[in-house]
Amino acid sequence: MSDATTTYDLAPSTGAKFRQRTLPILIFAAILLAIPMVGPSRTMYTLMHQMGINIVFALSYNMILGKGGLLSFGHAVYFGLGGYLCMHALNWIEDGVGLWGSFPVFFLPIVGFVGGAAAAAIIGWPSCRRAGTTFAMISLGIAELVYAGSYMFDSLFGGEQGVSGDRMNGPEMFGLSLGPISDVYWFIAFWTVVGIALMYGFTRTPLGKLSEAQRDNSQRVQFIGYNPQTVRYFVFVFAGGFAGVAGGMAAVNYEIFTPINLSLAPSGFVLIMAYVGGITYFVGPIFGAILLTYMQSMMSDFTEAWLLYLGVLFIAIVMFAPRGIAGIVFGIWHGVTGPNPSAYLAKLMMQLGGILLMLLGLIVLVEVSVRWSNGYGHVYEPFGIHLGHTDVLTWIIVLVASVAGVALTRYANRPEEASQ
Amino acid sequence: METIVFALLNGVIYGLLLFMLSSGLTLIFSMMGVLNFAHASFYMLGAYFAYTIMGATSFWIALFLAPVLVGLVGAVVERYGLRRVHANGHVAELLFTFGLAYLIEEIVKIIWGKTSVDYRIPDLLNFPAFTVYGASFPAYRMFMLFVAISMLVGLWLLLKKTRAGLIIQAALSHPNMVGHLGHNVPLIFMTVFGIGCALAGLAGVIAGNIFVTDPAMAIQMGPIVFVVVVVGGIGSLEGAFLASLLIGLLQNFAVGINASFADIFGFLGLTEAMEVGQINISSLGPMLPFLLLVLILIFRPRGLMGEKEL
Repeated sequence: MSDATTTYDLAPSTGAKFRQRTLPILIFAAILLAIPMVGPSRTMYTLMHQMGINIVFALSYNMILGKGGLLSFGHAVYFGLGGYLCMHALNWIEDGVGLWGSFPVFFLPIVGFVGGAAAAAIIGWPSCRRAGTTFAMISLGIAELVYAGSYMFDSLFGGEQGVSGDRMNGPEMFGLSLGPISDVYWFIAFWTVVGIALMYGFTRTPLGKLSEAQRDNSQRVQFIGYNPQTVRYFVFVFAGGFAGVAGGMAAVNYEIFTPINLSLAPSGFVLIMAYVGGITYFVGPIFGAILLTYMQSMMSDFTEAWLLYLGVLFIAIVMFAPRGIAGIVFGIWHGVTGPNPSAYLAKLMMQLGGILLMLLGLIVLVEVSVRWSNGYGHVYEPFGIHLGHTDVLTWIIVLVASVAGVALTRYANRPEEASQ
Repeated sequence: METIVFALLNGVIYGLLLFMLSSGLTLIFSMMGVLNFAHASFYMLGAYFAYTIMGATSFWIALFLAPVLVGLVGAVVERYGLRRVHANGHVAELLFTFGLAYLIEEIVKIIWGKTSVDYRIPDLLNFPAFTVYGASFPAYRMFMLFVAISMLVGLWLLLKKTRAGLIIQAALSHPNMVGHLGHNVPLIFMTVFGIGCALAGLAGVIAGNIFVTDPAMAIQMGPIVFVVVVVGGIGSLEGAFLASLLIGLLQNFAVGINASFADIFGFLGLTEAMEVGQINISSLGPMLPFLLLVLILIFRPRGLMGEKEL
């Protein structure tokens, strides 16, 4: 009889917990501490600040998409409303309204959290009643409504010019005046680490676990005595709050917020960031945020068709790698440490070669088309090779590279039975 | 009186246009359970195809050829894109169409340029049809009305009176049973997707020259079409029809009313000096569909004519 009560110790050991949970965050924080020592340029700082904001924003989005199973097309509403509240708070600090005069700008993201969470608490009540497609539709409608409405209340949203402020007011914290860009770096780095740690902590709470449970099987959640609607609502409020934290970081970094920050465009971008990074992993959105922010600011210098590449990347991820970049990275790791690493590596190399060939065909096609479309007579000349839209070489490269790429990937992905 | 007549006419025409878009979307949704985010992109493609074909030949050829081409593009997208993603669930499908909308917009920008193209009303229809209260009503709008109504009647006949329509309706609710009876269900899905896209393309052909044909037209129209489908009740063509007319009329009447909140709610103590009082009804026009959407979802989640709650 005692067999039935045998307990198995399935819990990870303290060492494993530390390695898997605390250590990555400590390493990340150490990297952030080390970065200023190499003396980054102004552009690098700007890019890193943008990355920090997007990491927190994308992680907050993944609280509802990846962990909660709720697809939202209006997450920028909470980012924007939280950020707007921070902009007003920044102005109150400057004017010394009430107790605001003694509120340090450094802690503004807390105000953003309150603003985002309050907005989510109001808007989430009707929209969290249903999951799935309905939720997606409501979020879209609300995003449009808030965006259109924001142009009607100029005293709150500042119309087309938006609301601007000055971050160098109020009491200083940790000796940071937040004037020079290197001061702002510490602010962004601090809140990025705090945001990541808190959101990771959230996934360990009962509420975080329940949110995953209602995503997988909302009926069973009801059987064990929880209301999935309430679970969704609370998760949504927290996700809105963390989006507000990102909004507060953006408010201090940019010192301006316009209604564009609330529109569908940033909502779509955060969705792409989280999904491309990999929504089934906690770290996925971090990868996505870093990669896409980099693409956004760097690729737009190289090519004007970067949105097209972004669209292709997104569709490719949705179709062929639904677990995102994180899925690919962990997949490679498992393959290399797996039972037959050499066969795996050979397959991987072939896939990689195929993808690179397809990419080559795509890049040549797109770049040549863009120059033809502009009609300024520019010619695409990579490495000194003359590729005009009338040159035969151009079309040979496009066709041969694409066909060879498709063939190689198909060959690499052939069913196992056929290869033996 | 003048305002009312014009708002009524324009509202009905705009509503019928919305219905051309939403009928395809709601058919696709009830069949495959996927909300096609790129639906308005096919509307945009229709307008651009018609512009190119009209440049080479004439408007009348474009009127028939452009929707067919858009339908073919739609069928290809279903066959090689959506069907592959289907295995990964509805969210993946929705995201696929979301990415597709991005992609189509960028491709349109490369092929036809970033600014609007000069897609014009054909000369044959460029005259005033009749004059009411001293203002003329363009004949092209009457033509739009005619095309939209013929499409409505055609769709109704196809779905309710033909054998093909019977099979489509059966495949909507019981795809497995239809498959057991020996019909090729994936082919039916592809056809319906193609027809839905072709209808959107037709809407683009007749609307592109009265509005503006530019790469932003899909984004402007897209969310409103979603509103129509949800307000009408997902999967219900009758509901989509009612909701299209309702939203068309609502928007056109709102634009025609030049009164502010202060004029209407003055008895509550609202004045022009207050910010809320300054809001003009006509500026509320673009917001109304979304307001309606949120209200419907809160108070009547199954939509006007929908059979099941969302």
